Amino acid sequence: MAALTRKETMAQQRRAQAAERLAAMAVPAVSSWSKAPRDAARARLLDMGLPHRRDEYWKYTDPTSLAQPEPVEAATFDPQETLIFAQHERLHLVFSDGVFDAEASDPLEGEGIEIARLAEAETADIHWAQDLYGTLEARGQQPVNRPLAALNSALAQDGVLIRVTGQVERPVHITYLRRDTASDVILHHVVKVEPGAKITLLENGPAAARLNTCLEVDVADGAAFHHIRAQGRDHERRAACHMFARLGEKSVFKSFTLTVNGVLTRNEAVIEFTGDDAVAHIAGAALGEGDYLHDDTVFITHDAVNCESRQVFKKVLRKGARGVFQGKILVKDGAQKTDGYQLSQALLLDDDAEFDAKPELEIYADDVACSHGSTTGAIDEEALFYLLSRGISKGEAGNLLVLAFLAEAIEEIEDDELASEITERLSGWLSRHSKD
Amino acid sequence: MLEIKNLHVKLEEEDKQILKGVDLTVETGKVHAIMGPNGSGKSTLSYVLSGRDGYVVTEGSAELEGKDLLEMETEERASEGLFLAFQYPVEIPGVSNMTFLRTAVNSQRKARGEEEMSAGDFLKLVRERAKSLKIDADMLKRPVNMGFSGGEKKRNEILQMAMLEPKMCILDETDSGLDVDAMKLVAEGVNALRNEGRSFLVITHYQRLLNHIKPDVVHIMADGRIVKTGGPELALEVEENGYADILAEAV
Repeated sequence: MAALTRKETMAQQRRAQAAERLAAMAVPAVSSWSKAPRDAARARLLDMGLPHRRDEYWKYTDPTSLAQPEPVEAATFDPQETLIFAQHERLHLVFSDGVFDAEASDPLEGEGIEIARLAEAETADIHWAQDLYGTLEARGQQPVNRPLAALNSALAQDGVLIRVTGQVERPVHITYLRRDTASDVILHHVVKVEPGAKITLLENGPAAARLNTCLEVDVADGAAFHHIRAQGRDHERRAACHMFARLGEKSVFKSFTLTVNGVLTRNEAVIEFTGDDAVAHIAGAALGEGDYLHDDTVFITHDAVNCESRQVFKKVLRKGARGVFQGKILVKDGAQKTDGYQLSQALLLDDDAEFDAKPELEIYADDVACSHGSTTGAIDEEALFYLLSRGISKGEAGNLLVLAFLAEAIEEIEDDELASEITERLSGWLSRHSKD
Repeated sequence: MLEIKNLHVKLEEEDKQILKGVDLTVETGKVHAIMGPNGSGKSTLSYVLSGRDGYVVTEGSAELEGKDLLEMETEERASEGLFLAFQYPVEIPGVSNMTFLRTAVNSQRKARGEEEMSAGDFLKLVRERAKSLKIDADMLKRPVNMGFSGGEKKRNEILQMAMLEPKMCILDETDSGLDVDAMKLVAEGVNALRNEGRSFLVITHYQRLLNHIKPDVVHIMADGRIVKTGGPELALEVEENGYADILAEAV
């Protein structure tokens, strides 16, 4: 028998690790419609293996703690403030360490939507989600592997399946609480927005010591999906969050994520335009200090005519915090009149912080407008002097300038009330953290 | 009010002396103007007085009502009643003009140990003062100076001055970039704030602003020093003959 090459040995090792990882978690006993996509996801993962630092898209973020069989313990944290979005009229769902809390949640019903828990829907022989579960995730594995997403589809413990048939004004709001220092949670949500329908999804909370989420969103022709997410403030939590969206003709997809604290956050977004004249905006504001790594990895595929994609990512980092941005726009042959915009900026509040950005454009159509900008900078001295000269203290002036820096990302939130609530949370965090 | 003695200032980055012994006293309730050619040190003087980084005072002193200005941080100087109207007001995205003004007013009050102004009182006051400067509600809501025209930016400076009610106002080339109508509006705003307890130092390159803001005393600055001091007629002399004659005379 010929000796294995180094590459083969490594691949074998990775498959073994993937098998070990799969074995470490209980596999939900499923015999219904979701068995096939779960098995397929399992096979995908075993084939590609777990992510490794040597992978091109894991160069700046070490996946070890996300990939290893056991989670790293994370102390719980009491944010001592009311939960965000609580003031809004919404359909509220609560998960505590990944376990659905029926008592704290609203009834799973609403006008213009069908909503069910994954764990419950899986007891039925057939379900509308069977055509979507794991499908968009599988599509999103090309050309870049996302093993943790495949792991999610294979092992998801629960999640929410939402089918939207009308113009729903009342947002669906999922709160993720956490009490366990070692919870290892995998949640998988599927949202199907039927033609002309509309929904807003709000998410907040730390969810787990280690969280893996997968959100598959199918936005049909003329439909709209709005998404605002505030990731939990627990300092030691780790999260790998995936979002896979497929956009039909004249559809709208808008997603904003706020991240403060968290030792490790990897937010992946994979968006595919399949119908003409659609719009996708994805934005994020991240603030962190100390042992903090925040990674936005985005892949947008334009495979239709006259679509607009816009990425606006801002990170404020200090005391050794690190930010990563990997954003790619792929414009396929024939995707003419594409308007692609990508902005990634970091504000480094001291010399210890670091930002790594990898913007990529790959364009095969000749009539497109694509641009990207990435900057790393410090507080603007001119603006700071202006504020100080009005008697504003150094701390407060710095905070105002941080808000000024983040404003462009927050402006991506269409709903003014939700946007100002996000700004308030940011101000609160800033004033608490500017005393030292 | 303001007493500057033998002030020597050099740049921090390079060994270049900008102010070479400025002596200037502005009495309470008076309007002084400083005129001078480009590069004479007028703007540097305003920056040094308000505490901007990048300058080093090598000799001399500057006091506001007997308190050593040079020892104070920029924000303390503001709370003590010093105000600088910028030649180029800075744009700040994402922070509404209203939030900025209220933060400034209340920061100063807090620093002086006074009670903060309530949201209601503040709103009433800012609306009233904005109105007289023809600053509408939209300009108050917009981010600070973002998308403002040159005239709007300068009026916004005067609005800040009106809200902060400083004792000593320095206007740095407030007329630059303004047409006659805009300049009149700004000058009216300034004149409305003139009173017995408040002093002004108006820095300008041209005499025309002084037609609208009538100074009590005019100084000519050149090469880092005050080279001549006189009444309003001195400004007219500059307008007619330029700086050359005066400078030749001073040497």
